[in-house]
Amino acid sequence: MYLATFNQLNDTLCFVELWLLINFTSVQVSSRLVLVTSFLMAVSVGCADKNGNWNNPHAPEKEGIRVMYSVFTSPPKNLDPVRTYNLDEATLIDQIYEPPLEYHYLKRPYQLKPLTLTELPNLEYLNADGAIVSEDSEYVAYSRYTFKLKKGIQYQPHPAFAVNDLDQPYYSFSNEDSAKKFRVLADFKRVGTKELVASDYIYQIKRMADPRLQFPIWDIMSNYLVGMKDLRKQLVEARRDNPKDWLNLDTFPLEGVKEIDQYKFQITLHKKYPQFKYWLAFHFFAPIPMELDRFYNLPGQQEKNISLAFHPVGTGAFMMTKHDASSEIILEKNPNFNAQYYPYEGETEDESNGLLMDSGKPLPFLDKIIFRLEKEAIPIWTKFLQGYYDRSGVGSDSFDQAVDMSVDGIALTDEMQRKGISLNMTVEPATYYMGFNMLDPVVGGYSEQQKKLRNAIAIAYDEQEQISIFRNGRGEIAMSPLPPGIFGYQSGEWGLDKKVFDWVDGKPVRKPIEIATRLLSEAGYPGGRDRITGKPLVLNLDTTKNSGDTARQNWLIKQFNTLGIQLNIRATDYNRFQDKMESAKAQMFFWGWFADYPDPENFLFLLYGPNSRTGSGGSGVNSTNYNNQRFNDLFNEMKVMSNSPKRMKIIQEMLEIYREDRPWASSFHPTTFILNNAWVKNFKPHGISQVTLKYQDIDTELRENRRDEWNKPVVWPLWLFASVCFLVVLPGYLAYRRRQTQKVI
Amino acid sequence: MWSYIFRRSFYALPILIGVNFFTFALFFMINSPDQMAQAQLGIKHISPEAVHEWKKARGYDRPLFFNDEKNGLDTVTKTIFFEKSVRLFIFDFGKTDEGRVILDEIKKRMWPSLAVALPVFVVGLAVSIFVSLIVVMFRASLFEFSVMVVCVAMFSISSMFYIIGGQFLFGKLWSLVPVSGFIADIGALKFLILPIIIGVISGFGGGVRIYRIIFLEEANKDYIRTARAKGVSELAILFRHLFPNGLIPILTGVVVVIPTLFLGSLVTESFFGIPGLGSFTIDGIRSQDFSIVRSMVFLSSVLYILGLLLTDISYTIADPRVRLT
Repeated sequence: MYLATFNQLNDTLCFVELWLLINFTSVQVSSRLVLVTSFLMAVSVGCADKNGNWNNPHAPEKEGIRVMYSVFTSPPKNLDPVRTYNLDEATLIDQIYEPPLEYHYLKRPYQLKPLTLTELPNLEYLNADGAIVSEDSEYVAYSRYTFKLKKGIQYQPHPAFAVNDLDQPYYSFSNEDSAKKFRVLADFKRVGTKELVASDYIYQIKRMADPRLQFPIWDIMSNYLVGMKDLRKQLVEARRDNPKDWLNLDTFPLEGVKEIDQYKFQITLHKKYPQFKYWLAFHFFAPIPMELDRFYNLPGQQEKNISLAFHPVGTGAFMMTKHDASSEIILEKNPNFNAQYYPYEGETEDESNGLLMDSGKPLPFLDKIIFRLEKEAIPIWTKFLQGYYDRSGVGSDSFDQAVDMSVDGIALTDEMQRKGISLNMTVEPATYYMGFNMLDPVVGGYSEQQKKLRNAIAIAYDEQEQISIFRNGRGEIAMSPLPPGIFGYQSGEWGLDKKVFDWVDGKPVRKPIEIATRLLSEAGYPGGRDRITGKPLVLNLDTTKNSGDTARQNWLIKQFNTLGIQLNIRATDYNRFQDKMESAKAQMFFWGWFADYPDPENFLFLLYGPNSRTGSGGSGVNSTNYNNQRFNDLFNEMKVMSNSPKRMKIIQEMLEIYREDRPWASSFHPTTFILNNAWVKNFKPHGISQVTLKYQDIDTELRENRRDEWNKPVVWPLWLFASVCFLVVLPGYLAYRRRQTQKVI
Repeated sequence: MWSYIFRRSFYALPILIGVNFFTFALFFMINSPDQMAQAQLGIKHISPEAVHEWKKARGYDRPLFFNDEKNGLDTVTKTIFFEKSVRLFIFDFGKTDEGRVILDEIKKRMWPSLAVALPVFVVGLAVSIFVSLIVVMFRASLFEFSVMVVCVAMFSISSMFYIIGGQFLFGKLWSLVPVSGFIADIGALKFLILPIIIGVISGFGGGVRIYRIIFLEEANKDYIRTARAKGVSELAILFRHLFPNGLIPILTGVVVVIPTLFLGSLVTESFFGIPGLGSFTIDGIRSQDFSIVRSMVFLSSVLYILGLLLTDISYTIADPRVRLT
């Protein structure tokens, strides 16, 4: 009896120890589990949204506020409009900045319209003496653009524009000690605004010449904009003694830019550059007032990341109110936004698609856009299906769940249709291609044999199969470098690449492999062997390493095997691949190009000889190093022309030269699939412009209802888990008790 | 003890220099400053001038290890290696290539990392030790066999499976917690539940197997037999006698990781959208940002060395016979 009591006492002590140690006891495990389960439930309930949804990842918003939830997949590098040249960053800052022009949201082909201007800029051509000449004149030495700004456009509230009673900058200090109390931008409590004026655009153009800002298209703009190179020299000189000092660019002259009055200015370019108008719709030409540059260059500000690279400021529909690159970026409606209205016109089907229902209504519709950092595709897709993200792309992992592909075409799956999700498919203004290095002694060159070898490969390489297998059909075979929507693109039989395809029953059909075999034989490689040496033809495809590419590599080897060619895939890391490209050591490779602007020049320059990578120190866009004098001459003629039948004719001749020389084995234009939940309104993808969010709207009530419907918490698994734990622990406890109380003798 | 700590700290210096040297050498074996500039500036229209300006602004326009344009000490000090390394030893990590202050990022991001890593560590350790002790209590039984089979199975499954499966079950199918995300206030609780549960589960199999072996070895010693002969209950034997004596080998593996908890987990933070230091490191690797990579490797080394020191100190607490001299 005594022994049993002692043992029980010991047990009790141990349980107390164990409780302290681990917060569990075997006898109390089941009840603890219930408690823990209840705690987790309580936490979840406590964190639930107003509809009782436990899995809502968003903080509650005020009633009546229209918020769009979106994602960004990598932290933005730099948000300065003179520096940003990246789609993800443009998605953010293009909602904030307003260059002089913008693209029409609904009309296709892409069409420019004034944004902060009263009308499209007036273009005049001048001769070397400054006299006006006609566009067709052979004496055109300069192009002069005149801009007239709308009056009354105001910047977003910002401390840079705060002024004191003397109308001087409110925040002004000359040493870092004075700046110590301002650790973040929000510490500058007083804000102000100012009107958009011509000098703001001029100031930004001068910033392009600042070498510290690393303007991405300096090579292009410095060649055209009169006086840019001189300005850069002056800036370098001015910084020689005091490299860290702020320079007021208003004090430096730029010959090619002239302020006529407060709302009017001129830009003068060397010769003709018709593509310049497209750059005027790019954020590179967004206005940056001197006051803003001064503010961000106050002592100590740049070191604290209080700069344009982190805090963009503009006149656009939205302003950035939070920039936490590690988790969240928030854009909110700019209270000073100038009156702009939803368009009345669009494409024919826009009306039936409900895209003209808000015509004439003031923009923007949204009050807030929250971008959350999501690095993985699965959480984005899951939250989209739960209604917590309004929009999603369709990745390979989620493709089968989202889209049904059949002989009837592409359609949403039943699950997506039940949710009311809509699908937008857009052929991007982009071209992906497999290129030959034209400097390579085997696949490059311009002899008939070398052309036949390339043509044989072009016929054997079944791009359509590649798109079907590895891109889920998301792409369109390219007949030339020009994608749909770009002047010079021709659909149907007119645009057919007759070296590779035949037109059969109203559609392109790849030529039979026998033709490719014959061409290969004529090229000196019958059956894939060198006619002279008898050695097999081994070609190298240089690519970047990706562990998931094995299936695709096997497929590529099979494609070349149909001709008897042995394909050696040299997968390497990205840096080594870039080295090979720059030194022209790659033989074949994959490359791609997304349009900067909707002009054939922006694609055909990929084949322009002087743009070759080897000829431009690695910075050229002509990765194949293709160089055909006739093509180059036609390019030079075509690039300065306006769209016309004559230009079309030249482009077609250039495309025939390209097909004859075949520097690209094959190419396609990617198709993007975008899914929108039912409550997203006015969405129309725009291949060139990112200024789309001010036109979009959200039906918040519908979203609330759907979220509520789709996210009811299922609690039975918690009780099941608790029960299972109980059933596991109880026999163990009983066995222990039995062992402890059983008599030894 | 203080002389021991001082001596060990002194020994740490050459280790840190070596780690820093190897990090630098390995990084620049596969990256050149030009390639870093190109990665940062984008892939369209990169002019040689822009690359030069980028390198100049960040101090990458100097030679890597040896500057033959200089004389004397400057041949070594006016190099990327020296200029980027020497400041690390006073914990001046500088800025990322994008211009963010790394120390500020570390200060901000260590808390979300800790919010996940600390509960996973504490709960995971407690559960694993508890279960392994229970298994030892029922050794050579069907219960032990069943638990070990389950543990081997759990140990063999990739942590990615737990993460994706957990997100599917708890977040999507049952709608009990958010699939991913983070809020820097009390609302973070609901975002932490799932990564903590998954962290504990994914470490459970391996933990129980190791601790069971440690405790089994102790369970066969004479003092346990003596205690049992005295009539001490099994639970008292386990938790009062066996557990403290099994602590030394456990501490060897456990204390060393405590300081590194700040650094977070690369995979977990990436999948759950936790804005911690693991996520920061991944960003640095992806964007070829040497400033981030070297800082995080250096910090990891410092914390690991600190962990080893703490382990030695913890021996003296766990076993009074141990003296640090």
